[in-house]
Amino acid sequence: MAASAGPEIERLIGLLSKLPGLGPRSARRAALALLKRREQLLLPLSDALSEAAARVKTCQVCGSLDTQDPCAICADPARDGTLICVVEEVGALWAMERAGAFRGRYHVLGGLLSALDGVGPDALRIGPLVSRAAEEGVREVILALPATVDGQTTAHYLADRLAGAGVSVTMLARGVPVGGELDWLDDGTIAQAMRARRPA
Amino acid sequence: MTATALIRLSLTDFRSYEACALELDGRPVWLAGPNGAGKTNLLEAVSFLIPGRGLRGSGLAEVGRRMPGEKVGRAWAVSALVRAGDDEVRLGTGVEQPGAARRIVRVDGEPAPPGRLAEHVRQVWLTPAQDRLFLEGAADRRRFFDRLVFAAEPQHAAHVAAYEKSMRERMRLLTDGPADPAWLDALEARLAEAGTLMAEARARTLAALAAEIGTRGERPFPQARLSLTGDWERMAGEGVDFAEIEARLAKALAAARERDGAAGRALTGPHRGDLSVIHAEKDRAAAECSTGEQKALILNLVLAQAARLARAEGQPAPLLLLDEVAAHLDSRRRAALFDEIEALGLQAFLTGTDEMLFEGLAGRAQGFRAETSGLASIG
Repeated sequence: MAASAGPEIERLIGLLSKLPGLGPRSARRAALALLKRREQLLLPLSDALSEAAARVKTCQVCGSLDTQDPCAICADPARDGTLICVVEEVGALWAMERAGAFRGRYHVLGGLLSALDGVGPDALRIGPLVSRAAEEGVREVILALPATVDGQTTAHYLADRLAGAGVSVTMLARGVPVGGELDWLDDGTIAQAMRARRPA
Repeated sequence: MTATALIRLSLTDFRSYEACALELDGRPVWLAGPNGAGKTNLLEAVSFLIPGRGLRGSGLAEVGRRMPGEKVGRAWAVSALVRAGDDEVRLGTGVEQPGAARRIVRVDGEPAPPGRLAEHVRQVWLTPAQDRLFLEGAADRRRFFDRLVFAAEPQHAAHVAAYEKSMRERMRLLTDGPADPAWLDALEARLAEAGTLMAEARARTLAALAAEIGTRGERPFPQARLSLTGDWERMAGEGVDFAEIEARLAKALAAARERDGAAGRALTGPHRGDLSVIHAEKDRAAAECSTGEQKALILNLVLAQAARLARAEGQPAPLLLLDEVAAHLDSRRRAALFDEIEALGLQAFLTGTDEMLFEGLAGRAQGFRAETSGLASIG
């Protein structure tokens, strides 16, 4: 595409197009929207970005993102310190928090094991997890990892690494989604739900 | 007729077709025409109405129509109105951008994952690529047999994919030098679970096919004795418990790490299984039979699976895609094939270079002549 804007605008478009979900076309539209709404969008966004860059850091305990370290969840005395929920990325942590079903603390792995993508145990925050699990008072580590090959391989690996830590290691159940009609479920999910059935 | 059938099929920028729409009545369909007229392309379009990469196993970008000077295939689409009993469902699939590698699927106009297609359409097919099935390596026979399994149990594809991914991961660890044993344990646990599911599904299909072939009585197709030669399929066939097979497979993989690493491939597991077919009357391995007999043996397997699936309650009856099959059969077997298709009540799609091949279907099927300009109905 021929450069139709000045270098500043092209640079903005180039950076926006690197964001997940945005391609070159949508980056152009986003850039135009920002530039047309300078006061309402562009300047506030610019401020928000600088502020986030200056203040957001990685929590040294759990790996989450927050403006304080330890993060608000790790620092909250009301959270149950006997439970650690392991998630792949911060996005999964946010999803768990939205659900509001967990009152313990988290551990963000920072990815999943994948030999083909060159992600080994050293690239993930596994050592700190094992140390945390071995700390006084921790009862249970809950592996909330995706039900994919990489997710399940990683869960199996973590269960193995945590075997000596003296905590119970559990996994999220897989099966019928809430509000799910059985005849709309795929066969694999139904088979899994049947295997994981429990007393009514 | 209540069997699943396509009653409308339209192709847009698919291979040689710029635009093509067929109105079908549920009866078998035959296509005659010279080489390169687009007969197989039409069957391939139908084969995209189930999950997977179609009967040619092509990349999605190759499928789009390409005019001279265009570097990548255009965005393409296949859409079909499928009738099953009194219900109709509209299926659509294709890619949205030229050269795109991700296929989109719509069911009644709503976006859906490709796996959903299997709820509405099942297929078994036979193509000239399978002519040398008994003469080539085990991989082709495995793939052929897995297709038959997949037609009966669509989740088989997911187990095979999980198995193959874990196997590649494990190989990478073994060949990249000192690997973390716990990581290998985790991958081998995945392999053992998916591998046992695969072996059990294969053993189930084998038993069902053997029973089907055994009860089909006097037919002019050679009877086949089938067996799966892999250790894991054999265990599954003998009724060994799932957990037992899984544990033994995991143990065998753990014991084979060094050997597999040196060989650069995994030497045990269901990815090494093979299908053995014996011509029962002649008591000879299929590979020792004539080309025509081999074709008839494979066709018999495909028909047995189609017959089995046609009776399955609550599941779509299969469509039968037979590419260049009629020409390989003598007139007696050809007539028997047509009678069988009619008796099964399935919608079959047959191709051949010569209209004469399909004379026996007169009045019982819809015929089309494929020409470079498109398809012409000939009743």
